[in-house]
Amino acid sequence: MGRLRLDRRRFVQGVAGGTLLLGAGRLLGAGRASGADRPVGGEMAAAPQVLSGTVFDLSIDELPVNYTGVARLSTAVNGQLPAPLLRWREGDVVTLRVTNRLKVHSSIHWHGMILPADMDGVPGLSFPGIAPGATYVYRFAVNQHGTYWYHSHSRFQEQTGLYGPIVIEPRGGERHRCDRDYTVLLSDWSDANPEHIYATLKRQSDYFNHHQRTLGDFEADVARHGLAAASASWGMWARMRMDPTDLLDVSGATYTYLLNGATPDSNWTGLFSRGERIRLRFINGSSMSYFDVRIPGLAMRVIAADGQDVEPVSVDEFRIGAAEVYDVMVQPADDRAYTIFAQAMDRSGFARGTLAPQRGMQAQVPPIEPAPRLTMADLAMANPGMAMSAGAANDGMADMADMPGMSALPAMPGTGAAAAPPVRHRAAARGAGVDMLADDPRVGLDDPGVGLRGNGRRVLAYGDLRTLGGALDARAPQREIELHLTGHMQRYLWSFDGRKFSDSEPLRWRYGERLRIVLVNDSMMTHPIHLHGMWSEVEDANGEFQLRKHTVTVQPGQRLTYRVTADAPGRWAYHCHLLYHMEAGMFREVIVAAGPPAVEP
Amino acid sequence: MRRGASTLTVIALGTIARGISAGASADDPVMDMNDAGNFGQIVVDQWELRDDGAARSGVWEGEGWYGGDYDKLVVRSEGAWPSGAAAQERVELLWDRIATRWWSVQAGARYDAGGGPGKGWAAVGMRGLAPYWIDTEATLYLGSAGSVAARLKAQTDLRITQRLILQPELELNAYSRADRARQQGAGLPDIDAGLRLRYEIRRELAPYLGLAWTHRAGEAGGDDAGEGHGVGLGEADQLQWLIGVRFWF
Repeated sequence: MGRLRLDRRRFVQGVAGGTLLLGAGRLLGAGRASGADRPVGGEMAAAPQVLSGTVFDLSIDELPVNYTGVARLSTAVNGQLPAPLLRWREGDVVTLRVTNRLKVHSSIHWHGMILPADMDGVPGLSFPGIAPGATYVYRFAVNQHGTYWYHSHSRFQEQTGLYGPIVIEPRGGERHRCDRDYTVLLSDWSDANPEHIYATLKRQSDYFNHHQRTLGDFEADVARHGLAAASASWGMWARMRMDPTDLLDVSGATYTYLLNGATPDSNWTGLFSRGERIRLRFINGSSMSYFDVRIPGLAMRVIAADGQDVEPVSVDEFRIGAAEVYDVMVQPADDRAYTIFAQAMDRSGFARGTLAPQRGMQAQVPPIEPAPRLTMADLAMANPGMAMSAGAANDGMADMADMPGMSALPAMPGTGAAAAPPVRHRAAARGAGVDMLADDPRVGLDDPGVGLRGNGRRVLAYGDLRTLGGALDARAPQREIELHLTGHMQRYLWSFDGRKFSDSEPLRWRYGERLRIVLVNDSMMTHPIHLHGMWSEVEDANGEFQLRKHTVTVQPGQRLTYRVTADAPGRWAYHCHLLYHMEAGMFREVIVAAGPPAVEP
Repeated sequence: MRRGASTLTVIALGTIARGISAGASADDPVMDMNDAGNFGQIVVDQWELRDDGAARSGVWEGEGWYGGDYDKLVVRSEGAWPSGAAAQERVELLWDRIATRWWSVQAGARYDAGGGPGKGWAAVGMRGLAPYWIDTEATLYLGSAGSVAARLKAQTDLRITQRLILQPELELNAYSRADRARQQGAGLPDIDAGLRLRYEIRRELAPYLGLAWTHRAGEAGGDDAGEGHGVGLGEADQLQWLIGVRFWF
């Protein structure tokens, strides 16, 4: 922070060239390095180091970087930010010798990999972490294919740069032929110390939100909807003490968004020849950001989600949450440049790259869109007025449909068709650590989310994605576990069921059982929920298998269910993948063990 | 005695500042996660010069806190310089415990200095966010020999632009018993109303301009009645311009 005097554009978009000051990290042997030339500065991102084979030496160390004109230290692997691309083959056993050259403990978690618990890389659960100077040898069989990623699971090291892509070749060859294959790793960089960012959120949770509603917005609402309607809407939010502009906790006010480690001005570029089929493997390696991604002029055919092949679906835009992965195919027909444009969900900044026939070409960068607002329907409360009687609240809700920010909700799921079963709020979720409850959550997977509805583009929703081959386990769920995503924005508290990690007991799952997890998002924020070690098989509104993922986005006020087969014995992490939410306690331990049927605590 | 509260304030804030610099770090080497850490903040909400055309004075009001998500130690202080005849200078040390969704309960002690002999109180109250984003403090004080005082403070931020913020503030102070030595009346509350327009150069630093209106009820009890002098016990209104800076860290 303290960047205020710095020219805004330069700060957000970064300094062209000179993104990385190389020399601190050392490239270590084993894996076959095929990253052509040793990249320099902005070219760095254009030629990421690729390591392939079965034995890898990875060294975690500090690396000086400069994205905004200010020199900072990042946390990098083999002197690379992002960390080198690891190419594995399905069926191989890989060995990764990870050496920690930091002064503090470190770790690497292989995100989305199904592996033994002691290989999962979560300090305190999988292993004690990697002490300074020590080496930990990860070794596991690779029994899956697709696009994944890896990152530190130690405190805020992921925020400071420790993340990299993994690409696993299928044993039977790729399903989709392509001429070019690029990983596109999106991330968020801040010059501020993440400990300071976290402390700042605890002190003033809206610190990074510069899209709050102002007098001018009120005037605009009055002009559009009349004084009575505008006052009713503003009054309702004010009575609830909620802010409809609260979309992302940490924003472009401190973040410079990176694409393959390049700032928007450095402009990572992927080359192609006209007519070629290009596979883009989008990975959201950010700590706190949702991105809305499009490539103006190109339709994107989504072929995989979280490494799992899906029935191809053609879209103009998709939203990708922290830790989510989408593989898309594009086929540019023209000899021109195309911009890969990834706006942060709160429209506070963007990451940008280019697909071009030649280096140096660039296409127009679209303007950033106006910041969206949450609507009353997003909150899904049976009683939005809180102090109102039930009848008045229902009337209020009906009125709200015409209110500013309430309109343009095409096919808002859950408001009619399939009603959700009654929700069960735990006692703690009614406590002081939770600022609101979704009593009437939305169901269904057809809503692309706030800011994307009715924008004139084909926008991906979970309901458009269908994993090929169906569920891994045909059994019906034997047990249902309902967990609520809870928080208190103003106090910056985050939890499951109103209990943060340090106040919670582990979830105990019986080895082999098939579970239905019911997630109800009581909060106003969109949360990417990641279960380690086991797949999350998302169900549609009728309880049928839809989509297999490792990280599941749950929208505000949404009720979403997925099936899990507890076939991985051991201790696992289960958490929100927004890093500061996780660190604030939106995290549970899951213990999978043989034994009698578990009793819910 | 005026010096007393200031010194206490400085010591308490110093303790909090040390806590801030020491806290907020992951000290669990195994889990590398710390959702029960302590944080702290010092907010000087008002640090201003006031002018009513005749005289000029300085006023401060602020608080510091240190603690976890649920329990915090809070130091609140306000006062004026140079010491006006009715300077209300005090420091409070409170334990703050989150009790409900929007409110915490507070308990502790208050010490009054400035303009007379020092005075101690026990304090109990609540702090929270009332509907419409009204930041509210309501505190009841018990003094020696059964005297009681009450304080209510409410303020909110109205955003004109992202950086330009209008802050109305209302503070009421009432006492069950007059205190002649401190020129403090009893009965109807003293009123302090303020309107401050601040510009956030950054969140932590915001200069402001504003108006303050103070009303001293002056309805003194017992033998103090009618003995007002200066801005003492007689009823008095005062309207002042003010300029200041709000800052926190």
